Amino acid sequence: MESELAFVWAGLLAFAILAYVVLDGFDLGVGILFPFLEDDDDRDMAMNSVAPVWDGNETWLILGGGGLFAVFPMAYAIAMPALYAPIFAMLAGLIFRGVAFEYRWRTVRGKVLWDWAFFSGSIVAAFAQGVALGALVQGIEVDGRAYGGGSWDWLTPFSLLTGVAVTVGYAMLGSTWLVMKTEGILRSYAQRFAAVCGAATLVLMGAVSLWTPFLDPDYLARWFGGPTMAFTLIVPALVAAAAFVLFRGLKLGQDVRPFLAAQSLFVLGFIGVGISFYPHILPPQVTIWEAAAPDESLLFMLVGAAVLLPLILAYTVYAYWVFRGKIDPDEGYH
Amino acid sequence: MFGIEALDLARFQFAFTVAFHIIFPAFSIGLASYLAVLNGMHLLTGNGLYLRVFNYWKKIFAVAFGMGVVSGIVMSYQFGTNWSVFSDKTGPVLGPLMAYEVLSAFFLEAGFLGVMLFGRERVGPRLHFFATFMVAAGTLMSATWILSVNSWMQTPAGYAMNEAGQYIPEDWWAIVFNPSFPYRLVHMVLAAYLTTALVVGATGALHLLRNRNNLPAQLMFSMAMWMVLITAPLQIAAGDFHGINTLEHQPQKVMAMEGHYDSHEGGAPLILFGLVDSENREIDYALEIPKLSSLILKHDLNADLAGLDTIPDDEEPPVNIVFYSFRIMVALGFAMLGLALAGAVQRWRGRLYESPWLQRAAVAMGPMGFVAVLAGWITTEVGRQPYTVYGLLRTEDSASAIQASAVGASLLAFIVIYFFVFGAGTFYLLRLMKREPETAKGSLAEGPIRSAGITPLPSTGPNPVRPAE
Ligand code: HDD
Ligand code: HEM
Ligand code: HEM
Repeated sequence: MESELAFVWAGLLAFAILAYVVLDGFDLGVGILFPFLEDDDDRDMAMNSVAPVWDGNETWLILGGGGLFAVFPMAYAIAMPALYAPIFAMLAGLIFRGVAFEYRWRTVRGKVLWDWAFFSGSIVAAFAQGVALGALVQGIEVDGRAYGGGSWDWLTPFSLLTGVAVTVGYAMLGSTWLVMKTEGILRSYAQRFAAVCGAATLVLMGAVSLWTPFLDPDYLARWFGGPTMAFTLIVPALVAAAAFVLFRGLKLGQDVRPFLAAQSLFVLGFIGVGISFYPHILPPQVTIWEAAAPDESLLFMLVGAAVLLPLILAYTVYAYWVFRGKIDPDEGYH
Repeated sequence: MFGIEALDLARFQFAFTVAFHIIFPAFSIGLASYLAVLNGMHLLTGNGLYLRVFNYWKKIFAVAFGMGVVSGIVMSYQFGTNWSVFSDKTGPVLGPLMAYEVLSAFFLEAGFLGVMLFGRERVGPRLHFFATFMVAAGTLMSATWILSVNSWMQTPAGYAMNEAGQYIPEDWWAIVFNPSFPYRLVHMVLAAYLTTALVVGATGALHLLRNRNNLPAQLMFSMAMWMVLITAPLQIAAGDFHGINTLEHQPQKVMAMEGHYDSHEGGAPLILFGLVDSENREIDYALEIPKLSSLILKHDLNADLAGLDTIPDDEEPPVNIVFYSFRIMVALGFAMLGLALAGAVQRWRGRLYESPWLQRAAVAMGPMGFVAVLAGWITTEVGRQPYTVYGLLRTEDSASAIQASAVGASLLAFIVIYFFVFGAGTFYLLRLMKREPETAKGSLAEGPIRSAGITPLPSTGPNPVRPAE
């Protein structure tokens, strides 16, 4: 009997990862744009716009990793060694950008250094996440309950492409965020970045989508046959609609809509990846049910998650509400 | 050939990264509570002094917390990358505890951190206190879960095995409240409070040495000395109970801590100090107090005490590391008690702020909490060897089948990155602590500090305290 709990948890975990991408994507994106900003004041403002929320955003990544350990320990035990290098690069990137948020304000001489740390940490983390995603999609070799491939299996043209796609996509999210949160020159820069990154993201998403079905006959069957065929038709239509809202919003100088449209693009991409994966947690071999922890573990966590996740969402919304609106360059620490 | 090498590298990498990580929580658990107390006292008394001290430590907290976060993320992924067999086997038991830690602690800390650091003027003093309180509660919650995880690895309980060789949960209550967990939790939280009190005390003392009339420095020093006076004796008592618990569940660890290679009949001596000779399995130049070890561990002067000669060689932890690290921790515990008593005497004589020797001693003791915490963890973890799950899963059977070159490369990179990043952070922390606490009104000369703030409306007046909408 296939456990329904495992299915529920696969959904919750997918939600956690989506929440991570939606939330941390834009603050990594702000980091990626850092060297392109005109002057120090702009960089201050860009960083301040994410400073109160970045830690909460990143916590979804810990839930993603910790959740995988808890819910699908076997998948965690296989995927982490398989993705050793990209995971390590991501962690290193997150260290540099994470500390930059505070260090940057603690030094005059060293400020440039931490600007670079913020930028390079952000771009490395984003790229590594994209590569890891590509490596998972293209399939992982399994040997019993362990990883069966080599140290460099993750490195392929496809995974490099997904790496670039995610990086550029995050830059798009970051620039639409800045459009929403800032005013003046910084905002008009951000509008231009958003248009460029938006166009590039669409092209890259298209390339990845066209490539994916040919990686594995299973993907092809899922996309071009059976009930999921409907998505094959609907998703591109929705992508086109989101792209329309994005570019029109940028043109008309709207604040919020471009950001939401850019996020929708990511959500749609995520759904696409989800369709390719299901029912596997690690394609092409390990299914959700094979990798799941026993029901006692899943149930124990589900009780807590049912209470805590709504609370977390509530105070996360509250934190964003406290810091809503345009950033005021003159409002200080105290 | 590669197997054993990769294992050693992975062990060293784990020890290295976790040793860095624990430094920051030890400080941020204590400091978050201290900030909550300061914030609450300000709310209660309206005395601006508390708020000034709060603002002083808030920035220090922000830097330390950031380092704790980034070093912690490394930990949570490292289980999978380097210890995948361990992860697969213990995941069903330990995974849910760590998931609870994320859900109940990390989100709480992170969610309210922004409001605590940047939001006072936006939410008003009451909600600001609430946010500070939530951050403090989050750090304590986090310590609770992770120590439950670690304690289960030391004293596993409430589990069964399945066909795939995984540990599966049978009784969650027994798993979470495993036999060593209450002792470890109390001991660690006290350690965090002590460590923080020593740092706050040292900072206060430093500024009193420069100007004994500096009011914020007086407040820091006084509060810290009270805290050390309360927690140091408690910690020694907690450590004693912890040791008795360990004797019951992990006897060979205590044998290594005590340096008892040989069994003793009719009262074992307490070795105060000596040099471990692991070749000949004895302690050279031992300075001993007869029968005291039996008294401490069995509460009976003449109780027999078994030694490592009763343990198979391949189940013996490395004695020398455990023996020394345990002594460092205990010695520092008594040094802290000494400082606390000296402070109490000077306070009673009304000379707390006018004793340069006391203040110098407090400055010297400032970092010692960290040293004791590290020594304590090394005792605990090395004493658990050769197991990761005590008595059940050996360390050598826990690691991933990763090539030594990959582990070695990541280890090297971690070493470089950690020394650079956390070295810089420590430098900034020390500089923040060197800055004089504001004596009266007027602003601090502390460099370009400005941080986030996003106003929906133009600022209203010089002191815009808006209620929460
Ligand atoms: C006794 C306390 C304690 C111990 C033994 C550990 N931690 Fe820790 N950890 C904390 C106490 C803490 C904390 C106080 O809650 C921190 C410190 C700063 C912070 O952000 O939260 C934290 C941060 C922290 C974070 C970042 C959380 C965030 O984004 O807010 C992660 C992912 C971990 N830890 C994971 C671990 C793992 C995998 C450990 C074991 C190997 C571990 N910690 C040992
Ligand atoms: C935070 C303070 C901690 C410190 C300073 C610490 C220190 C150490 C050290 C020095 C080792 C190496 C022992 C050896 O190889 O001889 C080790 C091993 C280990 N510790 Fe801890 N530890 C800490 C906390 C934890 C926690 C909270 C966990 C679990 C959640 C944990 C899990 C492990 C594991 C899995 C190993 C196995 C690897 C090994 O034996 O080398 N440790 N730790
Ligand atoms: C003189 C008093 C002390 C005694 C008798 C004592 C005793 C102990 C014992 C028996 C252990 C457990 C080892 C194990 O079985 O796993 C331990 C661990 C530890 N000690 Fe102490 N200790 C003392 C002082 C301190 C101080 C002053 C600090 C820090 C400020 C400290 C921090 C720790 C830590 C962090 C651990 C590891 C976590 C744990 O197992 O609780 N100890 N101590």
